[in-house]
Amino acid sequence: MSPPPKRQFAPLQPGEIRSTNPRAERWLFFYIPMGFALFFLVGPFYWMLITALKPDSELYDGSKSPLYVAHPTLEHFRYLFEKTEFVTWTTNTMMVATLSTIIALVMGVPAGYALARLKFRGSEFIGTAIFVTYLVPSSLLFIPMVEVMAQLHLDDSIWALVVVYPTFLVPFVTWLMSGYFRTIPTELEDCARIDGMTRLGAMLFIAIPLARPGILSAGIFAFTLSWNEFIYALTLVTASSERTIPVGVIVQLTRADFYFWGPLMAGALLGSVPVAIVYSFFVDQYASGLTAGAVKG
Amino acid sequence: MNATPNATSSPRRRRDLSWLIDNERTLGYMLVAPVVILLVVLVAYPFSVAIGYALSDRTLADPGVFVGLDNFVELFDNQIYLQTLRNTFIFTAGSVALRLCFGVGLALLLNETFRFRRFIRSAVLLPWIVPTVLGTMAWLWMFNPNFSVLNWMLVHSGLMDQGFNWLTNPDLALFSVTLVNAWRGTPFMAITVLAGLQAIPHDLYDASAIDGAGKVQRFRYVTLPLVMPVLLTALVLSIIWTFSDFGIVYGLTKGGPMNSTHVLATLSYQQGLASGNIGEGAAISLTMLPVLFVLIIWQLRRIRRSTVI
Repeated sequence: MSPPPKRQFAPLQPGEIRSTNPRAERWLFFYIPMGFALFFLVGPFYWMLITALKPDSELYDGSKSPLYVAHPTLEHFRYLFEKTEFVTWTTNTMMVATLSTIIALVMGVPAGYALARLKFRGSEFIGTAIFVTYLVPSSLLFIPMVEVMAQLHLDDSIWALVVVYPTFLVPFVTWLMSGYFRTIPTELEDCARIDGMTRLGAMLFIAIPLARPGILSAGIFAFTLSWNEFIYALTLVTASSERTIPVGVIVQLTRADFYFWGPLMAGALLGSVPVAIVYSFFVDQYASGLTAGAVKG
Repeated sequence: MNATPNATSSPRRRRDLSWLIDNERTLGYMLVAPVVILLVVLVAYPFSVAIGYALSDRTLADPGVFVGLDNFVELFDNQIYLQTLRNTFIFTAGSVALRLCFGVGLALLLNETFRFRRFIRSAVLLPWIVPTVLGTMAWLWMFNPNFSVLNWMLVHSGLMDQGFNWLTNPDLALFSVTLVNAWRGTPFMAITVLAGLQAIPHDLYDASAIDGAGKVQRFRYVTLPLVMPVLLTALVLSIIWTFSDFGIVYGLTKGGPMNSTHVLATLSYQQGLASGNIGEGAAISLTMLPVLFVLIIWQLRRIRRSTVI
């Protein structure tokens, strides 16, 4: 049935002994492992989608095959929009993610530039300290953070999250951007300075525009990190109208022993779609951003 | 000098303020200061508050008094805490080992040439990029005692007579949450290693092939050493994130059944906020520090030693 495979092998290298049956080898070492990988990694999302589209009558009928849906329905999505505050949670999540990303970029990009380019006493220590705070997990800080937010009179509103998310976003952006700036040659900035531009000007008008791809991937990371954040969103905000999607979906649709599986999967799906779309467009920047941060040019 | 009027006049006009924006040191401090202030107020200060809590018998209702190291001493007498500590190490070691195997394997697969490469590369990233607890909900449903699709497949394919009690069997539950954590972390490992693989210059493979190296030798002597720095960084980050992970266990079991899946983060949440023993909860979370400290120091030394972060 399947068309004959196109030649997909690297050209034979001198000294390389090619297996007598390249096609069998391709199946054994590529298609089968890849099939398992896709089943394991993507399978749960298929299950999520199928469940979200199934009417309850099919969902809880053990006699039917669970692997496909016979009569797809949107009733679970309707439930989500009409019986829960899903729309509010989405607005909250959007707002928190957008604002904290902007804060993270405005603070982190210049700081990353300073650490990469400017010589000042203590820069190495500050750089290390910022990197260390990036590694400090939020599960170490959420208990006192409840009290600190109360002291700042930000308890129980999404503004607490807008203030707290930069604590892990800013170190991350700073670290990523200082790696990125180091990969950009300094010549253009030097030229601009010879032409009379100040250091600040050279950063704003030369270096930052050159760093756009890096800033873009830092922004994408920051946005999805705040979109996905859970422990602070769970502990710092308790009013239902102030919740973000991950917390709202989990708290409202799972009660003690009763789970609203259809709406739960519909909510999980809708809450995942925006980040999935963003990433599918920027997957290359994702990889290049990672290497820029991970391996200095 | 053949400069434009604008370029010659602007430095003179700015001279009075130029020390602010043109001096390397001043500008450096100005650009870094907001970040430092933020981190002092919202990381260092809360951290000191946590230490204060951990040294007190504070509860939600009562500010409490200083009790020294009593909380920590009591923890090491507490069976639930000791079990949690054990769980956390098993959870971390198991998950990171699985991520390493799956992640490196997947990276090697993705480094091949094949059809729909871009699409598949995006698809396998999904577990890593979607909100952790939402992805976890799919697994919770797949582990459901009555409608588990995993059990359905196991039974209908004839592999088993009866499905597993994935999350209700205390002996199996820790494995299940570990598996889900590995599921979530594998794409990160894979995409990081893939980036490392693609940074390897192709001449190295050509050269080693001319020297007569086979596939295995090329992997052992060219690929592995060159990917190692990136791999180690991904490994350290994975260990830190898994060791302090909260969402997966909270989403799947909340620590049960019979505390068999509690990890440090979920136990500190349960004791500190859900039960209101803030002092004890803070102490539990601070016991993560020694492990985190060692990992962070190790990572910092690696950065110092090489040009690779």
